[in-house]
Amino acid sequence: MMALPLLGALALLVPAFLPGDDAVRRFGVGVSGATLLVALSALTAFDFGDPARMQLEVDRAWAPSIGLRLHLGADGISLPLVVLTALLTFLCLLYTVKHPPGDGRSVRLLVALVLVLEVGLLGTFTALDMIVFFVFFEVVLIPMYAIIAIWGGAARRAAATKFILYTLLGSGLLLAGMLLVAVNAGTLDLTQLARTHGAGVPRGVQLTAFALMGLGFAIKAPMWPLHTWLPDAHTEAPTVGSVLLAGVLLKMGTYGLVRVALPAAPAGAEFWAPWLGLLAVVGIVYGALACLAQRDLKRMIAYSSVGHMGFVLLGIATLTPVGVNAALFGNIAHGLITGLLFFLAGAVKDRYGTGDLDELGGGLLASAPRLAALLTFACVASLGLPGLAGFWGEMLALLGAYRPGGGLPRGVFLAFTAVGAAGAVLTAAYFLRLLARLTHGRPAGRAGPGGGAAVSAYEYAAWAPLIALTLLVGLWPKTLLDVTTAPVRALLGGG
Amino acid sequence: MIQHIDYAAVAPPLILAAAALAVLLADAFGLPRRALAWASAGSLAAALAAVLVLAAGDRRATFCLPGGLRGGGPASCSYVADRFTLLFQAVVLIGAIVVVLLSAQEIADADVPAGEYHFLLLAAVIGAVTLVAARDLVLLVAALETLSLPVFALVGLRRYDGAASEAALKLFLFSVVSAAVMLFGVSLVYGATGALHLDRIAPALDALPDDLDPVAAVGIVLVLGGFAFKIAAVPFHFWAPDVYQGAPLPVAAFLSVVSKAAGFAGLAVVLALGFPAYGHVWGPLAGVLAAVTMTLGNLMALRQRTAIRLLAWSSVAQSGYMLAPLAVGRDHLPEAVAATASYVALYAVMNLGAFAVLTGARRRGPATPHADTLADFAGLARRAPGTAAALAFFLICLAGLPPGVMGLFAKVVVFRATLAGDVTWLAVVMAVNTVIGLYYYLAWAVRLFTVPAEGTADAAYAARPGLPVRAAIAAAFGGAIVLSIAPQLVLQTVAAAG
Repeated sequence: MMALPLLGALALLVPAFLPGDDAVRRFGVGVSGATLLVALSALTAFDFGDPARMQLEVDRAWAPSIGLRLHLGADGISLPLVVLTALLTFLCLLYTVKHPPGDGRSVRLLVALVLVLEVGLLGTFTALDMIVFFVFFEVVLIPMYAIIAIWGGAARRAAATKFILYTLLGSGLLLAGMLLVAVNAGTLDLTQLARTHGAGVPRGVQLTAFALMGLGFAIKAPMWPLHTWLPDAHTEAPTVGSVLLAGVLLKMGTYGLVRVALPAAPAGAEFWAPWLGLLAVVGIVYGALACLAQRDLKRMIAYSSVGHMGFVLLGIATLTPVGVNAALFGNIAHGLITGLLFFLAGAVKDRYGTGDLDELGGGLLASAPRLAALLTFACVASLGLPGLAGFWGEMLALLGAYRPGGGLPRGVFLAFTAVGAAGAVLTAAYFLRLLARLTHGRPAGRAGPGGGAAVSAYEYAAWAPLIALTLLVGLWPKTLLDVTTAPVRALLGGG
Repeated sequence: MIQHIDYAAVAPPLILAAAALAVLLADAFGLPRRALAWASAGSLAAALAAVLVLAAGDRRATFCLPGGLRGGGPASCSYVADRFTLLFQAVVLIGAIVVVLLSAQEIADADVPAGEYHFLLLAAVIGAVTLVAARDLVLLVAALETLSLPVFALVGLRRYDGAASEAALKLFLFSVVSAAVMLFGVSLVYGATGALHLDRIAPALDALPDDLDPVAAVGIVLVLGGFAFKIAAVPFHFWAPDVYQGAPLPVAAFLSVVSKAAGFAGLAVVLALGFPAYGHVWGPLAGVLAAVTMTLGNLMALRQRTAIRLLAWSSVAQSGYMLAPLAVGRDHLPEAVAATASYVALYAVMNLGAFAVLTGARRRGPATPHADTLADFAGLARRAPGTAAALAFFLICLAGLPPGVMGLFAKVVVFRATLAGDVTWLAVVMAVNTVIGLYYYLAWAVRLFTVPAEGTADAAYAARPGLPVRAAIAAAFGGAIVLSIAPQLVLQTVAAAG
C-alpha cells in the first residue's frame, strides 16, 4: 500500500519522466487513486468480526542489533484513519488537477511531495514498532515544510519554520519518551506493549515517559498552549496543504496518544489525565473565543481545529472506552469536515483573492449560491449539529467526561464536562457569526480575479465524497463505532 | 628477552609508515604531484585492505608483556587488533582516503608543497590508526601526539597566509596544554595503581585503598580532559572554529572526522577497559560535558554566517551527541560504547560529504576571510543540481530527519543508550538540541534552492569541481543513501564488535 505512492514520488524525481504539468497531475491522481483502491480493498479484506486483532500484518527484521523490526498492520483503530488518509490525498490531488496552487512553481514537485507525505501518514497509522512509528512520523515533516514554504502565502517562510521547529521539538521529546519505555519494557513492539499493559515498567518511569510522549503528541495535536504554530501554518499553507494538515496531520498526535502513549505507560496516563483534560477544556474554550475574534477565514478554521482537537483530547483524557471512542470518532469527523472547510475556504480565497471577512463582505448566498450553500453545510456540520458527523464526537466526549475512568477525580471531570459544553455553545456562536457575515446580507460590489466563478466539476468531485461521508457517519455513527470499540477496550485493558 | 611481534596485526600502520617515507623521498626526487597523491591514496587503500583481511580473522594482539614479567596478571598487550579496533581503523582509513581525494585541488590552488603535505597526512593517519589499537597509556599518549603533531604543520602549510599561521599556533597551544594535562593525569593514575596497561589498571582501581581514591579520580578527570581537546568538547573547543577556518579545507575535514573518530575510539577504550570502576566519577562528568558541548555548539552555530564556521560549531555540537552515551557510567557500558561507535561511524560519512561539497563549491583563488558565506550558497541548486542535492541530503542527515534516515538512526541509538543508563535529563537536553540543530541545517539547505540576490553571482563560484572532488562527493552521497536504507550495516558491525 505504501510502496505505491513511494514509487510514484520517486518516478516524479526523474526529470525526463512525463513531460508537461498536466500529465504529472493526472499521474498523481492515478497513483493516489490506486492507493485509495488498495486502502479500500484492505477495508474489504479486513475481518470486521474481530476488529481488535491486528490484521494484514507485515513483520520483518530490519536492524536486529537494536531489536528493530519493520512491523506494520492495521486494526479497528487505525483502519479508518488509513482510509481517510488515502481518500483525502486522492481528493487533494484531484483538486490540484484543475486548481494548482501558486503560479509557475513546479507542479511536479508538489505532487511528489504530497505523495511522500502520504507515505509518511500511512506509515504512521500502520506502524506497530516504536522506531518505525517515529521514522514515519518524521517523514511527514519535510514535505509539509516544503509545501508550506514553497506554495504558501506571503509570510510562508516564517510559518514553515515555526511549524517545523515546533513539531520537531515534539518529536525529540517523543523519541526520548518512547525509548524510555522501550528500554524498561525490553521491547519496541507496540502490540506487545499493549498486551503487557505497562507491566515491568516502574511507575516513576511511566510518569516521565508519558509526560514526554504526551508533550510530543500534544504539540502535534495541537493542544493549548502549544498550538501557536497551527494558525500560522494553516493561514499560509496552500489549500492542499491546509486540507492535509488539518485532515490528517493533526490526527497523528491524537492517534499517537491512543496507540502509543496510553498502552505503553498506563500509570503515567492515569496521573496526567486530569491535566490533559484541563488543557483540553482550556483549548476548547480558547479556540472558540479566538475564533470569535478572527477576521481571516482560514485562520478562523485553524482556531476551530484547536477547539475540536480539544474535544478529542478530552475524550482521551477520560481513559474510558466511551471517551477514547469519542476521540477516534472525533478524529475522523474532524478530518472530513475540516478538510471540506479548508477546501471551501481555499475556493473562496481563489475566487476573491482574499480570506479577510471584512473585505469579503456579505451576500455570498446571492453572488455564489452553490459555494455558499456548501460552506453553510460544512459550518453547520462543524458546529456539531445532530445528524452530522461533528455531533457524535463532541457528545460522546462530554459523556465520557461525565463518567471518567476509575481512579480519576470525578468532580474535576464534571467541571470539564460543563465547561466543554459551554465551549460547544461558543463554537456554534462563532460559526453562526461567520455564516451571518459571509453568506447573508447584500452582496458587496467586489470582483476578485476569478469573479464569482461557478463551482467546477473537479471541485464537486473533490468535495462530494466528504459531504457524503459526513452525512453517512452522522446518521449512522454505528458504522464507525463498531469498528473502534473492540480494539479500544482491548487497549484499555479489557475495561 | 626477545619480544615476539605479530607483524600481521600491526600491518596497517606499518604500510602507512613505509608509504609516508616513500612519499617524502619521492618528492625529493621531483615526482609530479599527481603521482604523489596516487601513492598516498594507494597506501591508504592498501592499509584498508589489510584491515579488512584482519577483520576476517581472529582477534590479534602484540607487544604483550613477556610471560616472565606478568606475575600472574593478564596478558597486557599494548597493541590489540580486535573488532572494535578494526572498525575504527576502517573508519579512519576511509575518511583519510576521502581527504586525499579532496586535497588535490587545494594543493594546486594554494601552492602547498605536495610531498610534505602527503607525508604529514600519512603520519597523522598512522597516529590515528595506532591510537585506536592502543591498550596501554604510554602507547596511547604517544599515538595521540603522533596524530596531533603533523596536523599543526598541515594547518600552517599554506605559507604566507596569516589566518593559517594563526590557526596553526592556536591548535598548537591548545594541543600542548591538553597533552600536558593528560600526561599529568596519566602519571597520577600510574602512581595510584602502579600499572600502565588498561587491563591491569581496571582491577587495580577496583581494589584501590581509600586514601588513594582522590588521586585516581583527579587523574581520570585529567585524562578525560586531554581527550576533550581531541574531540573538541567544551571547554577545549575554542580552537575548532578558528582552526577549521584557517586551515585548508581538507585538513579541516581531517580534523573533524578522522582525528575526532580516533579521539572517540581512544576515549571509549580508556573509559571502558581502563576506568570502569570510576564510572561514578567520569559518567556524570561526561554527561555534563556532553550537554554543555552540544548546547553551546548548536547555539553558536546558529549565529554563523560562513559555511565553514557553521560546520565547525556543528561539529562541536555533534561531539556532544557522541559523548552523551558515555554518561551512563559503568552500567550498560558496552551498549553505550556501541552507541558512540555507531554515531561516530555514521557521522563520519555525513560530515565528510558536507566537507566534500564545501571543497567543491568553494570560491577559487586566494582565500579571504569573508568568502563562502551562507549567502553564497543561494542558487547552488541551479548551478549544480547534483551537488546541491547531495549537500541538502548531508545536512538533513546531520539534522537527523528523514529522508536522512541514517542520521535519524544515529540519534535513535544514542538516545536509547542514554535512556538505558537512566540519564533521562540528558536525553531531554538532546531532544531540545536536535531542534536548535535542525534550524540552522535546514536554513542552509533551504538557501541552496533559493534564487541568489542580484550581483552576488560570482564567476569564481562557477567553476566545476575537479574529478577527485566529484568522486568524493559521489562516494559520500552513495554511502549516505545506502546507510539510510540499510542502517543495520553499521549497527550490526558495531554490535558484533562491542
